[in-house]
Amino acid sequence: MALEPVPSVLGSAVFIPGADIDTDRIIPARFMKCVTFDGLGEFAFYDVRFDEHGAKTNHPLNDPRFANASILVAGVNFGCGSSREHAPQSLRKYGFNGVIAESFAEIFYGNSTTLAMPCVMASAADVATLRDAIEADPDTVVTIDVQALRVRTSGGLDIPVTMPDSAREALLSGRWDPIQELLDNDASIDAKAIELGYV
Amino acid sequence: MGKSLFQKVWDAHTVGTISDGRKQLFIGTHLIHEVTSPQAFGMLRDLGLKVKFPQRTFATVDHIVPTINQDAPQDPLAAEMMQALRANADDFGVTYFDLSSGKQGIVHVVGPEQGITQPGTTIACGDSHTATHGAFGAIAFGIGTTQVRDVLATQTLALEELKVRRIEVNGDLRPGVYAKDVILHIIRLLGAKGGIGYAYEYAGEVFDRMSMEERMTVCNMSIEGGARCGYVNPDAKTVAYLHGRPYVDMTDFSATAARWLSFASDSDAHYDDVVSLNAADIEPTVTWGISPDHGIFISESIPDPATASTPLEKASIEEALAYMKLDAGAPIKGVKIDVAFIGSCTNGRISDFREVARFIQGHHVAPGVQALVVPGSQIVAIQCEQEGLPEIFRAAGFEWRGAGCSMCLAMNPDKLVGDQLCASSSNRNFKGRQGSSTGRTILMSPVMVAAAAIKGSITDARELFDLNTPASVA
Repeated sequence: MALEPVPSVLGSAVFIPGADIDTDRIIPARFMKCVTFDGLGEFAFYDVRFDEHGAKTNHPLNDPRFANASILVAGVNFGCGSSREHAPQSLRKYGFNGVIAESFAEIFYGNSTTLAMPCVMASAADVATLRDAIEADPDTVVTIDVQALRVRTSGGLDIPVTMPDSAREALLSGRWDPIQELLDNDASIDAKAIELGYV
Repeated sequence: MGKSLFQKVWDAHTVGTISDGRKQLFIGTHLIHEVTSPQAFGMLRDLGLKVKFPQRTFATVDHIVPTINQDAPQDPLAAEMMQALRANADDFGVTYFDLSSGKQGIVHVVGPEQGITQPGTTIACGDSHTATHGAFGAIAFGIGTTQVRDVLATQTLALEELKVRRIEVNGDLRPGVYAKDVILHIIRLLGAKGGIGYAYEYAGEVFDRMSMEERMTVCNMSIEGGARCGYVNPDAKTVAYLHGRPYVDMTDFSATAARWLSFASDSDAHYDDVVSLNAADIEPTVTWGISPDHGIFISESIPDPATASTPLEKASIEEALAYMKLDAGAPIKGVKIDVAFIGSCTNGRISDFREVARFIQGHHVAPGVQALVVPGSQIVAIQCEQEGLPEIFRAAGFEWRGAGCSMCLAMNPDKLVGDQLCASSSNRNFKGRQGSSTGRTILMSPVMVAAAAIKGSITDARELFDLNTPASVA
């Protein structure tokens, strides 16, 4: 399947504070009562964006300065908890096209890569520098360079980031959705199924 | 150098290497439920693909089913999801344990009780608590919905190999310390992100002695420690548990059992990390915050941000205490509760209900506390009924409900209201987890939940019940 390579993504950014931001926080379970992923964008971070009376909180996503942000910046263990793909789907549909964090939970990471949303890891110090830069100037354009493994800003920041080789390769080669390659190995799959006695 | 169970199962199931360097891993058993599968079937239809091995996928409905009037959800969205699963199972020829089958339940309870979960296999499910099946010596992990599509279409997944951390717990657990306390303690020590990149091998005398159900409780919460999968090596207990179950081929069982046992880690296996703990150091454990690694012993006080060692830790404690409305430095014992929940894929099996029923007779749930008991499956519910357990729970003031995930994640009508505080035998204390954006969760063992329900506040069950009598279940 020919897919678009993702050598880099860019846009203005928003910092969401806190460690261990779980997938229930990103998309509360009640919004998963659906049979498609359509429409999940408006519910991203819903229960921290709105209080129990439906009034907007002071969450960064409610801050008009960051209304057009398409890069999310976060702390450690972002996306922990449930395996729900609804979490990265809701971020994508909200308008995010990349995430920079100190670290990520594994299932969230894999789900995001498969949706062509690069997730890169930066040091705590660099995340703090990036946070200060985007809060000082919310119009700062942040580029995640998947090819060079750097995050650069229009204000001149240039920080090293990491990601697993396989995720980088998948994004750069346009094979972030592996389905075609998996299908191509059909004969080997049949042989393995028989070898292991599954069929 | 020998191999760990993880390496043996991984190597046996590797089909090849794809272009980005990941392995293509054969998935022996695929479990699906109503929440994370409908979009995957939609993707299959869009791509014009079939299910490659329909006999290797098993479906049930658990997350959204009501626990009262189960087959008639008032919520039209829930009804639509149940109908979608029925239609998808029929269209693609997948076995579906529906509400009328008598075998419905939480997917991680159904797999083992049907004997679908077997040692030396790979198991995937669009649910992060799939690690539960690791109790049988399977490599079992949660996947996203696009990966559910991959398994349906190809019976394989593209994955990175994990490192293996062996967690040894030796010595004797003290009376009143349960499997739940052991895993909450491990997560507290190693952190919610400590297991990222690892499979956890639980080993040592404590896990050797545990029943299969206790092992499931431990493996279930691996993901809460960041580990995508966790397992216990198969032994005679594993074999005995599976003997005669519906999906176990009994034609040459001794050969089957020998093959299962051959997957156990070699004595000289390589581990990327080893952690050793002393069982006697573990006390009944409860959470105080908003992450499963926010655990303390029942005798301890709630952490004080003033004593935090880093600014990040200070901010984290402050955020958690503000959400939980708890006082820094105060004892956790005595915190008032509103709701008690016994159930979930962590602690919703027959042994959990038997153990609680041993102690609650002669007691009653405190005024103003709603206490829910939700069996993990229809089969667990029937077993409980045969043993007279619902009457015991009802007499003590607990509500006895139908099988499902219920208030663990509150996708059905069982939800906290406002900032109610729930003593819960489930697995996550995240903000809003139990259905109210301000609802609060304190995780603990089922016996500790029962003690809290009876006292109306967080309680050391050892002070309320005589926990020195040996358990009836080995």
